[in-house]
Amino acid sequence: MNMQSTLNPQVHDPRVLGAGSRAAGIRVEGVNLSYGTTHVLKDVNLTIRPGEFFAFLGPSGCGKTTLLRLIAGFNVAQTGQVLIGDTDVSTLPPWKRDVGMVFQSYALWPHMSVRKNVAFGLEERKIPRAEIEARVDAALELVGLKHLADRKPSQLSGGQQQRVALARTVVIRPRVLLLDEPLSNLDAKLRVQMRRELLELQRELQLTTIFVTHDQEEANTICDRIAVMHDGVIQQVGAPMELYDRPANLFVANFLGTVNIVEGEVKGAGPSSAFVIAGGGGTVPIPAGRDVPGGARLVFRPQNAAIAEPGSAAAAGRTRLNGTVVYREFLGGTIRYGVKLGATEVTIDMPHQAGETVLETGSPAAIDLSAEKALYLAH
Amino acid sequence: MAMFQMAMSSSSARVRPGQIVAVALIAAFLVFFLLIPVASVIVTAFRDKATGAFTLVNFVDFAQTDLFVRSFWNSVYVSSMSVVVASIFALPLAYYTTRFEFRGAAIVQTLGIIPLIMPPFAGAVAMQLLFGRNGTVNLLLDQYFGFKVPFMEGLNGVIFVQSIHYFPFILINLSAALRNIDRSMEESAQNLGSSGLRLFRRIVFPLAMPGYVAGASLVFIKVFDDLATPLLLNVNQMLAPQAYLRITSVGINDPMGYVISVVLIVASLIAMWLSVLAMRGKDYATTQRGGGGLAKREMRPGDAIPAYIMIALILALVLAPHIGLFLMSIATVWSFSPLPDAFTLKHYATVIFDSGQYIWNTVLYASLAAGIDIVIGVAIAYLVLRTKVIGAKWLDYTAMAALAVPGVVLGIGFLRSYYGVILPGGQSLATYWVMIVLALAVRRLPYALRACTAALQQVSQSLEEAAENLGAGKRRTIQRVVVPLMTGGIVAGFVTSFATAAVELSATIMLVQSTSDAPLAYGLYVYMQSPAGRGAGAALGMIAVLIVGICTYLSHHIAEKDRARKAGTST
Repeated sequence: MNMQSTLNPQVHDPRVLGAGSRAAGIRVEGVNLSYGTTHVLKDVNLTIRPGEFFAFLGPSGCGKTTLLRLIAGFNVAQTGQVLIGDTDVSTLPPWKRDVGMVFQSYALWPHMSVRKNVAFGLEERKIPRAEIEARVDAALELVGLKHLADRKPSQLSGGQQQRVALARTVVIRPRVLLLDEPLSNLDAKLRVQMRRELLELQRELQLTTIFVTHDQEEANTICDRIAVMHDGVIQQVGAPMELYDRPANLFVANFLGTVNIVEGEVKGAGPSSAFVIAGGGGTVPIPAGRDVPGGARLVFRPQNAAIAEPGSAAAAGRTRLNGTVVYREFLGGTIRYGVKLGATEVTIDMPHQAGETVLETGSPAAIDLSAEKALYLAH
Repeated sequence: MAMFQMAMSSSSARVRPGQIVAVALIAAFLVFFLLIPVASVIVTAFRDKATGAFTLVNFVDFAQTDLFVRSFWNSVYVSSMSVVVASIFALPLAYYTTRFEFRGAAIVQTLGIIPLIMPPFAGAVAMQLLFGRNGTVNLLLDQYFGFKVPFMEGLNGVIFVQSIHYFPFILINLSAALRNIDRSMEESAQNLGSSGLRLFRRIVFPLAMPGYVAGASLVFIKVFDDLATPLLLNVNQMLAPQAYLRITSVGINDPMGYVISVVLIVASLIAMWLSVLAMRGKDYATTQRGGGGLAKREMRPGDAIPAYIMIALILALVLAPHIGLFLMSIATVWSFSPLPDAFTLKHYATVIFDSGQYIWNTVLYASLAAGIDIVIGVAIAYLVLRTKVIGAKWLDYTAMAALAVPGVVLGIGFLRSYYGVILPGGQSLATYWVMIVLALAVRRLPYALRACTAALQQVSQSLEEAAENLGAGKRRTIQRVVVPLMTGGIVAGFVTSFATAAVELSATIMLVQSTSDAPLAYGLYVYMQSPAGRGAGAALGMIAVLIVGICTYLSHHIAEKDRARKAGTST
């Protein structure tokens, strides 16, 4: 890895690149968008705060890139509007929106040098020559590529090309920064480094930033808030931990990490109500005040339960369930067990310690589930 | 290139006797029918006519003769202007059909290629009737507006006919370049505040530039080297006609024809070199991973109507030779009137019953030449890509060098080298009909070779290794696995060679001795010399257009089918 080419937010010169003052919030209101008969965005409503690092997260085809391109002005919605700051930009063409976008493919122009690429947007804005020079230098300094200013894009590595694309976008002091899968074309190690640098840069420039990704780890590590999208619908908006711990529906629960979804039915009412696992897997008491919609399933993460000594008493605040081990996977730091519980197979993660005994496939397993941490979701 | 290196490094095959024999045979073919003729032309140009000693006096003569200097500048002027006019035709067609939601884009692109499938000189006479001093357009202009436009006067006529014939080279290359510009290239510029004409000027056009240069240099070289069109339009003060006239009228020993030939070769090389220089390091194909593909914009009605009208006018113009030729072929008398007086089919009867030998000769020569080309093409491709035989790469380079040799030069070279060789029947070897076939084969070899190389590159080497692993020898593997998988490319190469050889005149006109040995293009040339023969000439021209048209369609169809078949079976 070329250590010379790292982002250097500390060299950021606010007199040249501006900071904070132009950061604007974004509001998306009642947006519906169709391509022919395909309904790509369905009644999307969203508010992004000024200076926030925001992610659109979802599987491919969920509409996240379409929504990003709508904000940039490359897509036109059939209904609804997009507001940047307090201005409705729905009818403005892309070149009048002052929204900086970094393309997934970087889209560097191969016939221009790095310097010309970065200067392009400023030239289009008829900025005086001297100021263009100063701002281009500052932007290239910021991304650590000043020494490569006269190269052609084809002479740069993938990571360097990405930095040029970033410099080219921030140099115009956009009101909003849009990043379309910016890390997807980098190798794994560079990706981790780059996402930290992106976050530092965003904090330094205080730019309202939207980051499109299908990788939950990327979104979790750097974003203030995430909108999880599926099928053209925003499923849930929230901080990363909030989404993980309190998913609004089964899709969000499933998309963000491994989760157990257990079929069964609710018996009884009030304080004595309990969830009876289908196929005789046991009964889990429902804590008082827990919201349980009709037709709900029991939802918990692999670490919300633990394998216990058979025949021992359940730990305090935990519910003992009995099943059979169907597989065991050694993952290094943890051991993952597949346990048949009534009609459902659940996943339990146990921390791994050297010398500890492990359960064999086919042997009975006692599971202690933390009923407080379990959720009940209908869909 | 990567594929080539991979093939080389993973190939464990040692050099076999069969491969050495193949190299030797191909080398002999290239030496005898490309290198020796061209070398003899060059050597003669530098030789004193009387003593045979090395001299530059012939070139000094060339530079001091007004006629030759004027011919040289005329050739430069006509070629440059043809590039300009062809660009004017090609730019709007390419731009509107690739970058916009343009209804009928496929039709426009297809019609735009039609001019290529006609011998340019066949259209030349038809153009006289439509655009000449007393042609349809000028008669109408004179009648309604009282003036005439000298479309076809002198050099104008050559420029007009050549730019119509060759503009598809620019159209094809430019369209491909425009299609290769990923939409994100434009979108990122829009995102940074650029739009409209500025966007086109700063981003789209520079990115399409390499494609344009490739097409433009091809047009320049083709026009510079072309013999038949100026000859038919009676424009003799250009380089290629001068070379032809010197050899045929002054004699085979006159050095000026050879000097002009050297000038033609040098000009071709310079034009090619300039275009390579202009394109070096500029592989701008930007459709890429994570890119958005091609952006096609909607046109506003205010922009769409002028665009459609402009494109309709251009298409009418570039299809005029075909229309004119067709009218001529069915006209009784067509002179001093906008349209023929009456219509008849007798020209076709004349051609088919009296001059059937032209058609037969053409089919024979062109298919033999194309057959030779694909055999040599497959062999060279295999030797280069799959073996370590020394010299294979040089065979490739030498065969491709034929691109820089104008047809008239090759014809002169054949005459120079083999005129003195007398066959048992008393005939000169240079005028034996087989030499026409060989000249055509050499001229078209580069195209067939590239088609075969591309086809072989797409055959994964593991498919061959699998056959060898299961017990097939080298020869059996080539026969049962390699050639069947290359079929599409080979057939496409054959048809391309066939179709272009069928309308070639530059080289053959030097070698044809008797009309009984002459191909269709030559027959056409003979017919067109007399006003009475024009109808029949036009009918012959229509037959040529038909042959080439059907071949072009077939090659396209086969290539498409082959691609579809391969897409279904391999990754």
